[in-house]
Amino acid sequence: MRPIPNIMLEIKDLHASINGKEILKGLSLTVHPGEIHAIMGPNGAGKSTLSSVLTGNPAFEVTHGKVSFYGKDLLELPPEDRACEGIFLSFQYPVEIPGVSMVNFMRTAINEHRKYNNLPPLSATDFLRVMREKKELVEMDNKLTNRSVNEGFSGGEKKRNEIFQMAMLEPRLSILDETDSGLDIDALRIVANGVNKLKSPENASIVITHYQRLLDYIIPDFVHVLYDGRIVKSGTKELALELEKKGYDWIKQEVDKK
Amino acid sequence: MAEDILHEVTQNEYKYGFTTDIETDIIPTGLNEDVIRLISSKKNEPEWLLEFRLKAFRHWQTMKMPDWALLKIPEIDYQSISYYAAPRKNAPKSLDEVDPELLNTFNKLGIPLEEQMALSGIAVDAVMDSVSVKTTFKETLAEKGIIFCSFSEAVEHHPDLVKKYLGSVVPYNDNFYAALNCAVFSDGSFVYIPKGVRCPMELSTYFRINASNTGQFERTLIVADEDSYVSYLEGCTAPMRDENQLHAAIVEIVVQKNAEVKYSTVQNWYPGDKNGNGGVYNFVTKRGICKGENSKISWTQVETGSAITWKYPSCILQGDNSSAEFYSVAVTNNFQQADTGTKMIHLGKNTKSHILSKGISAGVSNNSYRGLVRVGANAENARNFSQCDSLLLGDKCGAHTFPYMDVNNDTAIVEHEATTSKISEDQIFYCNQRGISTEDAVGLIVNGYAKEVINKLPMEFAVEAQKLLQITLEGSVG
Repeated sequence: MRPIPNIMLEIKDLHASINGKEILKGLSLTVHPGEIHAIMGPNGAGKSTLSSVLTGNPAFEVTHGKVSFYGKDLLELPPEDRACEGIFLSFQYPVEIPGVSMVNFMRTAINEHRKYNNLPPLSATDFLRVMREKKELVEMDNKLTNRSVNEGFSGGEKKRNEIFQMAMLEPRLSILDETDSGLDIDALRIVANGVNKLKSPENASIVITHYQRLLDYIIPDFVHVLYDGRIVKSGTKELALELEKKGYDWIKQEVDKK
Repeated sequence: MAEDILHEVTQNEYKYGFTTDIETDIIPTGLNEDVIRLISSKKNEPEWLLEFRLKAFRHWQTMKMPDWALLKIPEIDYQSISYYAAPRKNAPKSLDEVDPELLNTFNKLGIPLEEQMALSGIAVDAVMDSVSVKTTFKETLAEKGIIFCSFSEAVEHHPDLVKKYLGSVVPYNDNFYAALNCAVFSDGSFVYIPKGVRCPMELSTYFRINASNTGQFERTLIVADEDSYVSYLEGCTAPMRDENQLHAAIVEIVVQKNAEVKYSTVQNWYPGDKNGNGGVYNFVTKRGICKGENSKISWTQVETGSAITWKYPSCILQGDNSSAEFYSVAVTNNFQQADTGTKMIHLGKNTKSHILSKGISAGVSNNSYRGLVRVGANAENARNFSQCDSLLLGDKCGAHTFPYMDVNNDTAIVEHEATTSKISEDQIFYCNQRGISTEDAVGLIVNGYAKEVINKLPMEFAVEAQKLLQITLEGSVG
C-alpha cells in the first residue's frame, strides 16, 4: 500500500472579495509536497486573487472557507508569519522600494525567517556566501543586487529578482503569479531554470499563468482551470495544451451549461 | 540589529524619559533684570558680558514671538520659567568630584565620560540643565592648541576670543528667541581650532534638560581659524514631563580661510506623549559664517524629538569660493510640529550651497520645510541646488514646503526640486510577504529614504539616528 501523502496546503470552499465584490466563489484545492500545480484561466477568473488571499494581502476579505498549511489555520496568521511558515509569492508586479538595498532587504527578510524558526541571525559572511551561491543559481547580475529593491529594474529583471528572493528564502510553497508575463524567451528560460533547480520532494509550487508557454519549461503535475472564482476543471499537462489550442470558451460554455 | 530595534520599539516609548534625583541649584521662576544679574553673578561673569545680557534683554522686551512659521504655539508665559538650574556641586576638578548620580545619568544615556571614550575617539562636553558638567580630553586637545571647554570656562580663560566672536554671527537682536538666549544663556560649549590644525577627534556636546519648569538656553560658539578642520556633534534628550519645556539655544560658527566645520545634530528632545501632552519647545537659532576664501560649513541634522521645532541652521557665504551644505531629516509623529530648513546667504563670488531636506510626517503631525536662498548683488557665479523631499505615512499628517529665493545677480544658478511620496500599502505588503513585519518594514523604508542624509553623519551617530527614526515612527502605520 502506498503511504498516504502528507498534505501541505488544503483550501476548502474559499470565498473572498475585494471592496465588497466577490471574486473567489468556493475554491478548493489540495497540494502535497513535491507537486507543481498550474492554475490557468481567462482574465478576471480570480487567479491573482487566489495568490493575494493565500499570502494575506489585507486588501482582500475572506468571507467563507478554510485554508490550512500543514494543519495550521493559515487565515489566522498575519502575512509576515505566513511568509515565515514558508509561503512565498513571486509577485506579478513587484514594487520598487527606493533607498533600500537588495542586500539589506534580503538580510532582514532571511533573519526574520530565522527568528521565527528560533534560529540565530546569519552572520554577515554566511549571508554573503549564500547570496553569492543563489545569485549564480538564478543567473542574477551582481549589479542588480547592489541596487535598491527593484528600483529601475526592467520587467524581466524584476521577475528574475523574484526568483532570486525565492532561492534565498527557500520556501516550502512558492506561488508564481504570472511570472511569465512581460518576459522574453531567454528571460523565461532563465526564470524557469531557476524554479526547476529549486524543486525538491519537500517543496511545492503553484504556477499561475495565462499561457501554456511557461509550462513548456516548468512541467506541472496538475493543471487546473479557474473560471468565475472556482476551479472548474482539473487535469494533467495535456489539459494545458488543449487550452492553448482551443482557448477558454469551450470551458466557459461547459460551465455555463451546468 | 533589527531584533534590538524591535525590542526597543515595543518596550519603550521614549527611553530617555528618566529624571535624575540630584540636588539642584535652581533660581525662582520669573524674568527681569535682577534675574539676569543673578545669573551673571552666579557665573562670576565680567561686566561686559552682563551688559551684553542686559542689552539683549531690553531689546527682547520690545519684541514679539514670531508667528510666521506654520506652527501652532500655545502662549508661553515667560515669567513661569526658571532661567537657571544647576546640579549643586559646581565645577568639578576631576571625575571623582562629579556627582555620582549625574555620572549615572550620562552613563544611562550612553555617554561614558571616562577616558574610555578614547576608544571611539570622541571628546564630550556634557551640559545638564544649565551647567556644563565635564569636558573630556581637554588635555589631549590642548596639546594641539585646541580649546574645547564649557562656555563659562571660555569666558573665564579666553575672554578675548569670546568677546571677539560672541554675537558676531547671530546678533543679540536677531530674533525673539535669540534675544532671549542672549539675555539668559547659562552655559554651553566653546571650540577654538587654531590655524592649520585638523582636530584629531570628533568633538561632541550632550545636552540634557533634567529639572522641571526650567528652560535650557545654551550657546555654542565654534571658531575655526585658517586652514583648520573640526567635526562637531550635538545630541539632546530630556525626561518625560507633562508640561512643556522651553529650549532656546544659539549656535554660532565662524570659519576662516580654507577652514571647514562639520556640525551634526541628532535632536531627540522629549516629543510629548501620544495625545500631544508635554514635550520640549525647540526654538533654536543656528548660523555659521564662511568668512574666508574656500571655507566650508556643513550642517547635518536628524530631528526626531521635540513637540515643536523652529530651527533653520544657516550659512552666510561671505568668502569667495566658500561652500555650504545642509542635510536634514526631520520626522514628526503624533502631535509633533516642525518648521525647519535653512538659509543660504551668498555674498562672495563663486559660492556654492547644497540643500537636501527629507521630511517624514506621520500621525496628525505637521512638517514644514522652509528655506531661503539669497544671492547678493556681488555674488558672481553663485550656485545653489536644493532638494526637498517629503514622505507621508497615513492620511492625517501634513507636509509643506516653503522655498524662498531672492536672487540679485544674473550669473547665479539656483535650482529647486521637490517631491512628495507616500509609503504605499503595496510596499508594506511586499515586505510582509518576505517575512518582515509592518513596523520593521516602515523602519526599513524610512531609513532607506533618509539614507543620503544619515550617511553624512559620523558612524556612531548614524546608528543611533537609524534607531531613532524607527522608534519615532512606532505605531504610525496601522
